[in-house]
Amino acid sequence: MKQTIAFTLNGEAVSCDVDVRQSLIEVLRDEFEMTGVKEGCSVGECGACTVIIDGQTMESCLYMAVWANGKNITTIEGVAAEDGHLDNVQQAFVDAGAVQCGYCTPGMVLSSEQLLADNPNPTRDEIRRGLSGNMCRCTGYQKIVDAVELAAKNGGVKTDNRNKIPFHVAN
Amino acid sequence: MDKKKIVGHSEERWDAIAKVKGQANYTGDFSFKHLLHAKILRSTIAHGYVKSYDIAEAAQMPGVIKIFLPEDLPHHLYSTAGHPWNLDPAKRDIEDRTMLTRHVHVYGDDIALVVARTELQAKKAMLKIKVEYDEYPVYLTPEAAMAPDAMRIHPERENAFASSEVGFGDVKQSLKDADYVIARHLTTPVQQHLHLENQIAVAYQSSDQRWTCISSTQIPHICRRIVAQANGIDWSQVRVKKPFIGGGFGNKQEIIIEPLVVALSRALGGRPVQIALTREETIAYTRTRHAISYDMKIGVNQDGHLTAIDCDVLSNQGGYASHGHAVGGKGGTFINALYRADSLRFSAKTVYTNIATAGAMRGYGMPQVIFALESIIDDAADKIGMDPIKFRQINHQPDGFYNQLGQTKQRDFLIEQCLVKGRAAFHWDEKLAASQAYKTGVKRRGVGIAAFSFGTAVWPFGLETSSARLFALPDGTFKLQVGATEIGQGADTALAQMAAETLGVPFKSVIRDVMTDTDLDPYDTGAYASRQTYIGGVAVKKAAEEMKQKILKRAETEFKVQLEHMDIVDGNIVYRADGDLVTTVKDMAMQSYYDWDTAGSMETYSSINVHHNSYGSGCSLAEVEVDIETGQVKLLSLMNVHDSGKIINPLLASGQVDGGMAMSAAYGLNEELLYNKAGKPLNNNMLDYKLPTAMDLPDLEGVFVESQDPLGPYGNKALGENPDVSPAPAIRNAVKNAIGVGIDKIPLTPELVYNQYQAAQKAAKGDL
Ligand code: FES
Ligand code: FES
Repeated sequence: MKQTIAFTLNGEAVSCDVDVRQSLIEVLRDEFEMTGVKEGCSVGECGACTVIIDGQTMESCLYMAVWANGKNITTIEGVAAEDGHLDNVQQAFVDAGAVQCGYCTPGMVLSSEQLLADNPNPTRDEIRRGLSGNMCRCTGYQKIVDAVELAAKNGGVKTDNRNKIPFHVAN
Repeated sequence: MDKKKIVGHSEERWDAIAKVKGQANYTGDFSFKHLLHAKILRSTIAHGYVKSYDIAEAAQMPGVIKIFLPEDLPHHLYSTAGHPWNLDPAKRDIEDRTMLTRHVHVYGDDIALVVARTELQAKKAMLKIKVEYDEYPVYLTPEAAMAPDAMRIHPERENAFASSEVGFGDVKQSLKDADYVIARHLTTPVQQHLHLENQIAVAYQSSDQRWTCISSTQIPHICRRIVAQANGIDWSQVRVKKPFIGGGFGNKQEIIIEPLVVALSRALGGRPVQIALTREETIAYTRTRHAISYDMKIGVNQDGHLTAIDCDVLSNQGGYASHGHAVGGKGGTFINALYRADSLRFSAKTVYTNIATAGAMRGYGMPQVIFALESIIDDAADKIGMDPIKFRQINHQPDGFYNQLGQTKQRDFLIEQCLVKGRAAFHWDEKLAASQAYKTGVKRRGVGIAAFSFGTAVWPFGLETSSARLFALPDGTFKLQVGATEIGQGADTALAQMAAETLGVPFKSVIRDVMTDTDLDPYDTGAYASRQTYIGGVAVKKAAEEMKQKILKRAETEFKVQLEHMDIVDGNIVYRADGDLVTTVKDMAMQSYYDWDTAGSMETYSSINVHHNSYGSGCSLAEVEVDIETGQVKLLSLMNVHDSGKIINPLLASGQVDGGMAMSAAYGLNEELLYNKAGKPLNNNMLDYKLPTAMDLPDLEGVFVESQDPLGPYGNKALGENPDVSPAPAIRNAVKNAIGVGIDKIPLTPELVYNQYQAAQKAAKGDL
């Protein structure tokens, strides 16, 4: 069965027909070519598919596409400024050496964005807790935690660039 | 004048920006019109034979294109192991598999394929296939598979299909001569790589009527060869492209699904076909780290002198030979690399069983043997009451030692410096003293150390060859092409740094590939054995040196300044003597394209064969807290110290160390793939297989004892795998220091630690 959904994707109003059985990750990757959304397990364990929905991080593999109707969704493609400039968190990931294979990176960046929006000055333990839903096999999390600390020091998150609204907007 | 150093500087990895923006394309990110999806039907028994298939209902399911049984695909025997081809048939990997099989060797063996228009349709159809088996006895351990009445898992050869023995001296006599003999039976678990990107490959017929396979592989050139062999076609008919890859750690040094997608595309008129393994399939049905057991004896005198190291090894290979005995048989050389003893015997057997096929995994046998060695070495130090660091210091091999087992002189072998530096940097003595306050009560603390040695690349046991190509672009930048494979470790960035350093141009002037492509990139065997910067670096250096000469030659002709009086610094061609400007690389590059008289673009190519090895070393130091009521081990701090020669990029190198430490800490504490009696994997998902999260690890500290390796192209030697070797035994030794019980098995799960502690308490009471 198909259903039409309309939502905001990285600041743009979009709509499409989806199979009611589809998960959000399928629709984001296949219909909207948001291939920055990565799939590592398909069942909510790894966090690679993390997106931000109305100010909350969400595993897009667990989220039914039809639930996206009316929501405001940010993927990794919506984080940098429109002219391509990296935001604070992205820049900190680059500077701190938090990127290796990069497969966990989109999810990690988005979880970090939301973490800093909710708690602008987290301790290292709070960062570890905040990122505990995102698995990384390459870094031992060391430089990812460093990156979030660095991003906080450099002014944290300001706005979701594309949506021009704070990440933590309430739903 | 001073040259700006690029090697040794933390240049930003060239692919980081694409990765934080979500722009980096991995295999699953390419789109194809009319892509077909294949699912592998997996056996639900671990050992037996498929008597019959009933595909009638499945074939009628919506979207199904075709169902393939073993008879429907080529059945050339091949090996998935990603080694260079050997011209000597006797030295080749054992070819014991076909693409699909009726003869089931492992639970989840590939017994059929379903191709459909969507993945869901393929999955739904697959569930309708009915299979009847003849079931055979299941052997989970080498001991069971070697029992006299055990049936052969592969009829062509015995279950214990390979063995070897290396050493020197008379271990029996040396053990007799020792003041003490310590004997231990040490075992290691099945670990899985858990790269975040599962195995995935797509194949299609390209317009030149050849077969292109896009794959998440560590070894594109070897992949081409294995795909062709499995399909029975000429090697040139296959083109492999490797885009960004979400980690490999050795599991993608195996060519597992690529032969299948190419075979399917060939059977379906060249249409694009994809296989994307699920997480559950990746964990259970690709490759693992060999579970290996070691019966070890060492002889030690009261003064600390080691008389003998004697070791019998049983390596659990699983259902197919894959990398086989190369992993379990490894150890003798590297024990000898690390410690001096009067005699040594290292005798190993590799045995087929019916658990998942073991293959290459970061460290390639070293995490196992070093766990065993460093546990028993630590116990020996305890036995004679010697400080464990001092014990290692009086027994390690000296710098410059010639290791006859590895046919390698251990030049610049700095284990002594690592131990000294580790003791100070970790504050070992302070932490040890502080732990004394925690030797009673519920929470016990302790510290532990473990050392290791590590080879760089595979010479003299295997081929080492590589090549590189450079061409100058009109604006004075350079395109670098290598077959060496970026898999997230940062090799590409390090190789670009090397090229820039030798050319004398800024780092940003060297442009890298987003894709490794066997049609375009020169030959290299790929990412394994911590070889890329060491072997690939030789090729890059040679191509860059030749390019530099070409540029200077052009300047010499143009400006009539003798070549030897000029150098290239930061993109400028200058007088060696005083740094005065002659011209720029950019001008010479532009001229090479457009000058009416002298145009002729500048390209260089190098192809090298390396016949040497540089041994690295290092140690781990751990501090733990053990809750004796629950058996829970908390890792309080962990440090690795590395002797890896010159560090090309400190930030990237330290990232390698962090990741390796995490992987080994988890090997010591949590990770194990488990099976039931029937050989069915029990925890092949990311909830039950305990991959550490950010909350499970302390801050990780990596320290380098930097030097200039005399053989490494830029003074460098192995680093990628080294960090994954010694943390687990350091943790084991720290737990022993905390609770007084040396546990001979990892992972140190709460249950194991609790039971062993209780058993030791009981035994101690019994003694009274
Ligand atoms: S793919 Fe969604 S949590 Fe792993
Ligand atoms: S960078 Fe590879 S999984 Fe995190």
